[in-house]
Amino acid sequence: MTEKTTGGGGKYDWFWFLLPALILVVIFFFLPIIITFFISGTNMSTATGFQNWKWIGLKNYQRISSHPETLEHLWLTVKYVAFTLVFFNLGMSLVIALLTTHISRGVGFLFRAVWLLPRITPVVVYVMMWRFIAADAPYGILNQIIIKPLGLKTANWLPMAPFLFIVLVNGFIGASFGMILFSSAIESIPKDLMMASLVDGSSYLQRIRYLIIPHLRWPLLFVTTFQTLSLMTSFEQILVLTDGAYNTEVWALWAYHKALSTYSGNLQWGFGTALAAILVTIGIVMAVIYMRYFKFEELVQEPKIETQ
Amino acid sequence: MKVDIVNLTKKFGGIIAVDSINLDIKDGEFVAFLGPSGCGKTTTLLMIAGIYKPTDGDILFDGKRVNNFPPKDRDIGMVFQSYALYPHMSVFQNLTYPLLIKKRPREEMKKEAQRVADMMGIGHLLKRRPGQLSGGQQQRVALGRALIKKPRLLLFDEPLSNLDARLRISMRGEIKKLQKDLGITSIYVTHDQIEALTMADRIAVIKDGVLQAYTDPEDLHDRPKTLFIAEFIGNPPMNLFDVEIKSEAGRVYANLGNGARLAIPESRKLKKLVEGKVKMGIRPQDIHAGSEDGISTEIALVEPMGRDDLIVSKVGNAEVHFLVDPIMKLRMGDRIKLRFDMEKSQFFDIKTELSLLWD
Ligand SMILES: Nc1ncnc2c1ncn2[C@@H]1O[C@H](COP(=O)(O)OP(=O)(O)O)[C@@H](O)[C@H]1O
Ligand SMILES: [Mg+2]
Repeated sequence: MTEKTTGGGGKYDWFWFLLPALILVVIFFFLPIIITFFISGTNMSTATGFQNWKWIGLKNYQRISSHPETLEHLWLTVKYVAFTLVFFNLGMSLVIALLTTHISRGVGFLFRAVWLLPRITPVVVYVMMWRFIAADAPYGILNQIIIKPLGLKTANWLPMAPFLFIVLVNGFIGASFGMILFSSAIESIPKDLMMASLVDGSSYLQRIRYLIIPHLRWPLLFVTTFQTLSLMTSFEQILVLTDGAYNTEVWALWAYHKALSTYSGNLQWGFGTALAAILVTIGIVMAVIYMRYFKFEELVQEPKIETQ
Repeated sequence: MKVDIVNLTKKFGGIIAVDSINLDIKDGEFVAFLGPSGCGKTTTLLMIAGIYKPTDGDILFDGKRVNNFPPKDRDIGMVFQSYALYPHMSVFQNLTYPLLIKKRPREEMKKEAQRVADMMGIGHLLKRRPGQLSGGQQQRVALGRALIKKPRLLLFDEPLSNLDARLRISMRGEIKKLQKDLGITSIYVTHDQIEALTMADRIAVIKDGVLQAYTDPEDLHDRPKTLFIAEFIGNPPMNLFDVEIKSEAGRVYANLGNGARLAIPESRKLKKLVEGKVKMGIRPQDIHAGSEDGISTEIALVEPMGRDDLIVSKVGNAEVHFLVDPIMKLRMGDRIKLRFDMEKSQFFDIKTELSLLWD
């Protein structure tokens, strides 16, 4: 009797509860990865179409390793990820988080809200804004409010410092991610601890160094890993800003161009997905390493021991 | 170090947390701030520590105004209710943190850590993290950290309220002894009157941000200046009831109603009021049961408290509490006679709630 009213709990009920999420994960995560690896083993392109492609094994990967541009794109990607990560996603977001948690709560909140604007602005609009900043006289904001008044030579600044601009464009978006995590982590430090360190003789800077930064260990690690992965794979800002011109073709953009948008019109799906597959592989390997590292730390928490 | 607090005031927006407090603390003195939760004790302490800026008034250390000194320039040690140990540091690192900040050499840090750890009996715990310590051990580490830089002023914010009753009693004694041995001027915030009465040289009673009294424990206990102090100090609490003062044939009586009256002795001559309604107070231990004469009463309730039985009964219109020896084996409904030791009685104005005996 009670069996019926409670639904009789079958052994595999969990499966039905999991199913919706499972379907989503399979469709949007596993399938694309499998298809990516699958296509990367073929010579599929606009020329072959979907009918006449052939298995070519690891040929695409061999082509990548011997491609004259490979090192160039790789090095640019490493530089781009490293600079954006260190100076903006970590550096600037930490500075903003520290500043806005050391002033009055309301003002700090407002200031952080402003920093979220680049993230919630549509990419095209946001990047257009940067192009207006960099544009040649008589339009460029940079030219009009800084260069001209100083009597210097005006220019279109985008081709002059393309690397700087792709870092800035991504950095100003990326900074808000760490900023939110760091500032909430700082605000969660018990007030007594913050006061104790001052009473113990710390200056504000010493308190940051000895109390706040150690408290930010986890958010710092998390932001580093998460942002490394997302910087490695995101290219839409660069696409809109330069479309890879002036040596700004990072790996992900290269893959995009090869697979989905070439000047010649022959889209090399096989080669492009091989490029993407390399990114995916690096991403998965890094993610697994990080996950293990996070878990591991949880496990080594030692028990409380009472002796006396 | 001598500490003077002059007209100290702190407002948070519209709330006055501390209202124009005046205090002087002598060098080496142990002063308690006593008052119910939310009365402004912590706020006062944090202004002395330099964490909060006073809205008004001055704080003087040895006669020098320190209002604008940051905490690090005030040479203070502080123990928090939560202990506030740095969770990511070992006990050794916690203890030596104030020295690390001052960039003291490693050798000195080791030596001082050993000295303080021995003093606090935590020498065997130096490698542990705070999370691996019991409450009492954390308390000792917190105390050690406050002491290691030999501060000129020690501040305690309800340091014992998270400990169990037995440990609280032993730590009470230890802190007091330590303070006397080291001779460091100390301010001890508590809402527990027993802590204040047993530990402090002088007690500042605070209510709603206002200083009610600042005097030694005996004076506070025996000569309460306000009704609030009378209610707040003493365990079990003082009996307080409305009486009517009447003079008759050259003697002054307090009428409890229903014909019960108590003669007020010469030593308790009321200052201002001669006749009319007042609040009378008398401590449970100053009402004696079992004498030949006195006011007859019926016992309404017996509460065994171990060493004594607390008895509740009615005298006139007043409910009175008093203590008797459990040997008397008094039970509900028994009739006994009560003698009030009126030499210990207190009287308060009903409106102003000020004492009619002391000022
Ligand atoms: N940072 C603050 N902001 C606003 N109000 C506060 C703050 N700190 C304390 N108060 C208020 O001031 C009063 C006194 O608080 P506190 O000094 O902590 O009392 P106590 O330590 O005696 O329990 C309380 O009413 C409290 O709500
Ligand atoms: Mg408090």
